[in-house]
Amino acid sequence: MKEFSAHQTDILIIGAGGVGCAVARELSRYRQKIIVLEKECDVAAGASGRNSAVVHAGFNNRPGSLMAALCVEGSQGFEQLARELGVPYKKTGKVLAAFDDEDMNILKKLVAQGETNGCQGLRLIGAGEMERLVPGVGGIGGMLSPETAIFDPFTYCVALAENAAENGAKFKFNSEVEMIRKEADGFLVTTSDGETYQTPVLINCAGIGADRISEKAGVSGYHLYPCRGEYFILDKVADELLSVPVYPAPRPGIGGLGVHLTPTIDGNIIIGPSAEYIDDRDDVSSTAPVMDKLWTEAQTLLPALERKYIIGNYAGIRPKLAPPGEGGYHDFVIKEEEGCPGLINLIGIESPGLTASVPIARMVTDIVREIAARSHRELTEKTSFTAVRQASVRFRELPEEEQARLIEQDPEYGEIICRCQKVTKKEIRRAIENPLGVRSISAIKYRAWATTGRCNGGYCLTRIVNMLIREYGVKAEEITYRGAGSEMFSGEVK
Amino acid sequence: MGARGTVNCDVLVIGAGPGGLAAAKGAREAGARRVIVLERDACPGGILNQCIHDGFGLIRYKEQLTGPEYAVRAEREATEAGAKIMTGHQVVRMERMAAGEGIEVTAVSASGLKTFRAGAVVLALGCRERTRGAISIPGSRPAGVFTAGVIQNFVNIRNVMPGHRVVILGSGDVGMIMARRLTLEGAKVQVVAEILPEPAGLARNVSQCLYDYGIPILCSHTVSRIIGRRKIEAVEISEVDQNMRPVPGTEQRFDCDALVLSVGLIPENEIAQTAGVTLDPKTNGTLTDEYLQTDVEGIFSCGNSRRIMDLADFVSEQGELAGRNAVAHLTGEEMETWDESRTTSMLKGYPVPDTVTCTLCPNGCQVRRVADENGTFTYEGNKCPRGIDFAEQERTAPRRMLTTTVRDADGHLIPVRTGQPISREKMFDAMKEMRTFTADCTENIRCGDTLTYVTDKDGSRIRVIATADSR
Repeated sequence: MKEFSAHQTDILIIGAGGVGCAVARELSRYRQKIIVLEKECDVAAGASGRNSAVVHAGFNNRPGSLMAALCVEGSQGFEQLARELGVPYKKTGKVLAAFDDEDMNILKKLVAQGETNGCQGLRLIGAGEMERLVPGVGGIGGMLSPETAIFDPFTYCVALAENAAENGAKFKFNSEVEMIRKEADGFLVTTSDGETYQTPVLINCAGIGADRISEKAGVSGYHLYPCRGEYFILDKVADELLSVPVYPAPRPGIGGLGVHLTPTIDGNIIIGPSAEYIDDRDDVSSTAPVMDKLWTEAQTLLPALERKYIIGNYAGIRPKLAPPGEGGYHDFVIKEEEGCPGLINLIGIESPGLTASVPIARMVTDIVREIAARSHRELTEKTSFTAVRQASVRFRELPEEEQARLIEQDPEYGEIICRCQKVTKKEIRRAIENPLGVRSISAIKYRAWATTGRCNGGYCLTRIVNMLIREYGVKAEEITYRGAGSEMFSGEVK
Repeated sequence: MGARGTVNCDVLVIGAGPGGLAAAKGAREAGARRVIVLERDACPGGILNQCIHDGFGLIRYKEQLTGPEYAVRAEREATEAGAKIMTGHQVVRMERMAAGEGIEVTAVSASGLKTFRAGAVVLALGCRERTRGAISIPGSRPAGVFTAGVIQNFVNIRNVMPGHRVVILGSGDVGMIMARRLTLEGAKVQVVAEILPEPAGLARNVSQCLYDYGIPILCSHTVSRIIGRRKIEAVEISEVDQNMRPVPGTEQRFDCDALVLSVGLIPENEIAQTAGVTLDPKTNGTLTDEYLQTDVEGIFSCGNSRRIMDLADFVSEQGELAGRNAVAHLTGEEMETWDESRTTSMLKGYPVPDTVTCTLCPNGCQVRRVADENGTFTYEGNKCPRGIDFAEQERTAPRRMLTTTVRDADGHLIPVRTGQPISREKMFDAMKEMRTFTADCTENIRCGDTLTYVTDKDGSRIRVIATADSR
């Protein structure tokens, strides 16, 4: 019987988003066997890879909430963390724009709330400073949060996972949890690929699926409401239009932070997100009415934007505990369930969940420690743990002398495969041979950043596919965009 | 830059497509001593290499050539004129130095990061395709959405088939050519949707790529939604109003496993911008004077990176002139002017009803068969007698050049064409015959080699000729 061949583990984590990966990495400091189950083919497949890519300072959240405390802690430790993990990060600051006195009043309260939360350097600014920081936005004044930063969420999740894996954690992709059985000393978990796992500690980091996972484990009563946010991505040629994220003052009642403009770490601008409660948890479509609305609002904020700069769209789903009628935020749920010892639920981890992911992971670690203590065990630190992950080479960002040296070392650095982003063949090869063993076009996209430019892969996609077929022996019909079911081709022509 | 060393030349051409190769030829013939062409791809020819269909060369060579054949000629002409083509070189930066110091160009290649110093530069950078992202089609973002040029590369060069039920958005020439190409390779092209009231590409392509194969075209329609979570399952096509916005209530669903976009070309000028060349804010094309010189002295521009053109022949003509002018700029001789009206002669949109679009030359005459009062038939609309023969043949027994690929033993594709046009009704049989053929690749195949034969309607054997050298 299957049960007898169950994989035994000390800790089973469900979900390889930013939080699941951070929890895995944090726990990989200890002598524990860790397995992470992910239903998709790669990390960051849900909200972690579909957001504004901002490290939030923590002034938006209600004082005394977990959201506020963990976000501020996360924000303040992020620079160091990004350096450790080789994740692109830039402290740009952030501006909230006020267009009338009501907005200014909201911002005044926000500064006070932020200070209560422990945010640093928040201050109101006048129209003159607004014009200097975010030229063209206008407004009667605004608020500056100097500690807010932008980063690369894909690389962040990949880095956490790779570092966790280097320290012994195992990642199982394409493994959707089907059944969870509570047993006397733990849980028996069955996945869609027919595998079973036995674990004393089950950590639910399933994002938008967390309420259902909890229910499978026997703890009902949670309900997550999917709230979609759509975005536009603009070409890098528009990068001089904006160097600091700019948001409208948050009017009460909206389910997000309002449509804002954010420069990305790679020099694009993103517009969004909208906030729309929908029924379908997986529907990350873009819709015509929302696209129109986003564009109108973005142009109101920054009239210099032009449609010709648009190079793409995406959308993400917020896992909200706050129901549609109510809006706003409910606090994160992070706890061991009383009625179900060993089950640690993380539910409603929407924004600022990524910023807070490592503090969340530390909190989870404390809970795991308590669980272990109950059975008279201790979490013992490994001597072999390494916290540092080597950043991958980004040819385009290096000075020419350094580029010349790399090409001398390996001629594949001299072959540019993605011309928009100047990604070399060597970087593509590294991405194909990624340590987590993920084989999809999206895996290469998010690791090497190829196909993300203005030509949407028009130049590099054929070259990447050719590499997979000719150098890695992959069959055309096996190549997927993002895992099984997303096959890109029907096969060979002849 | 110290150890790297600098390569000096009189004229440096960026891009070895039809424009760049002709510019190199033009510059050499005008007396430039050292002419270098930098090409990012592994072989010269640019996009011609994937354009395996015929219709090239009618003006320049007075012959019907396929893209690869045209590329072979253009390359030969450039090298015979004495230009040096350096493939695998991606230019990343260009800078106008102090007066008299020329232009510095930096390129990345497997053999190192290199600096070139040229008296004058000709930009022949080509174009890229407008994408789904740029036109913001609503719906999901599944696998199976491609631009037509990408599909052309996959199908004609990489031996990768996107799918078997295809919808095409946009009736630009590449889109229509791929409609025919995919049909010949066994796919069913469900429909071509065009947002404009008329087809966007050449009338002869409407006739020979769509009408020949019964592929429906829906003008004043667009894809209003893409459906399918992971893999595309269908598209929703809607009629559009005068503002090109979808009209609610007109949605039709078309099932498909691939959506191919042919929605416009954008001049590619990132390299031009590094030197501060001014672009047309609307088209992204380089702005030049009538001598094809940009506003950065000594930098010339030609072909699609200047303005999207319908025919490679015009691109070559313009490139050659840009090359000659680059030399004139260096020697102080008088430059020639480019006649813009040269490029706008081709008939676009629907073919005129009840006429035949003659494809024997770029005039594309719309030839009509009419009866006089005695009941004898004559033809009108033709500018030369060949139009009558063509129209008569179209009426009685239409023939087409079949262009496709054959596979070699290593799984690489070799572009081929029939030695002469074959009976239109035998196209699919000929495709089937070629499918069973595998080319021997123990010896190099040369452009013009006869590889195999197919059978025409009358039983005669027709040669199948390689249209490129094996690489």
